[in-house]
Amino acid sequence: MVSYIWFFLILIGIIFSFFTGRLDIINDSILTNGQKGLDLMLSILPIIVLWTGIMKIAEDSGLLQKFAKLVEPLLSKLFPSLPKNNKALGFIASNIAANMMGLGSAATPFGLKAMSELQKINKDKDVASEAMITFLVLNTAGVTIVPTTVLALRIAHGSINPSEIILPGVIATFCSSLGGLLLDYYIRKRRKKL
Amino acid sequence: MNLFSKIVIPVFIVFVVFYGFKKKINIYESFLEGAKEGLIISFNIFPSIIAMVFAINIFLDSNFVYDVLGFFSPLLKFINIPIEIMPMAILRPISGTASLAIMNDIFINYGPDSYIGRLASVLQGCTDTTIYVLALYFSSVGIKKIRYSLGVGLFADLVGITVAFLITMLFF
Repeated sequence: MVSYIWFFLILIGIIFSFFTGRLDIINDSILTNGQKGLDLMLSILPIIVLWTGIMKIAEDSGLLQKFAKLVEPLLSKLFPSLPKNNKALGFIASNIAANMMGLGSAATPFGLKAMSELQKINKDKDVASEAMITFLVLNTAGVTIVPTTVLALRIAHGSINPSEIILPGVIATFCSSLGGLLLDYYIRKRRKKL
Repeated sequence: MNLFSKIVIPVFIVFVVFYGFKKKINIYESFLEGAKEGLIISFNIFPSIIAMVFAINIFLDSNFVYDVLGFFSPLLKFINIPIEIMPMAILRPISGTASLAIMNDIFINYGPDSYIGRLASVLQGCTDTTIYVLALYFSSVGIKKIRYSLGVGLFADLVGITVAFLITMLFF
């Protein structure tokens, strides 16, 4: 999928500029793009490093696990098809906790473990189970409280108040999750009736 | 309301560090270990950043957005949405790096504190890359039929993106 997008971005860009006589600009663009990429990387790198460091403290001290335990009862309501005390729930909680704190990459290992636990109790191994779909909806909606890369980039470009976007971001991400979960719930209800 | 945005990070850091200290773990060592992981993560995402910045900039510099999508510009202007944000809104669910590259471009051209800069910031933070997440997680356990998950995931994105537009208008 990303391959297609990448291909079309380049194709459309070059062909379109060929027909509109913007080839000079594209030439320039191609030659300077590498530098732009490097600048982008350099501006988000320090915050990624700093934040993964802070979050490692949260993980090693058991804070992340404690937070996961806190959201677990709430989560179990979203997954009625899961047996009580299933291991998956703990992993899902940890995944969400890490995502919330803006640590997508630390969240992924938990998410993968959650998926493999869910697959163990899945009846048809080729077909996504309801619990898997609910989990991924929650995950792709991406409940993020601290959007680290966004903050880093805002700082790098000289924002006066880089963190001003946190609260609006939290509201948007919350609505996105809620919307996804409601539709998921509705679909599950309807399938049961049929 | 702005206060929440300002205090969330400092309070969080103090809390984490204090908790680690109280639990008597070696917080400095933990930090260094985590920071090293962050360096590896950055190293791993660097190629995709170069790839996406490259493609996105060719696309943006071709003026395709203005010339072709510019057709819709009056309509978008009517509802107070700058056209420059549209490629980002469309690409957000597909590739996080692509939308990051566009946000970077918006910051360079308009600054992070402009209306469109704030809009891009909220948009980038409000949802995750649905298609990437689904592909990664489902393929990790060998699921072939993903049923209604893509639809629901994209619906959640649509809600998030719509709210991002509305909330940015309200806040700023």
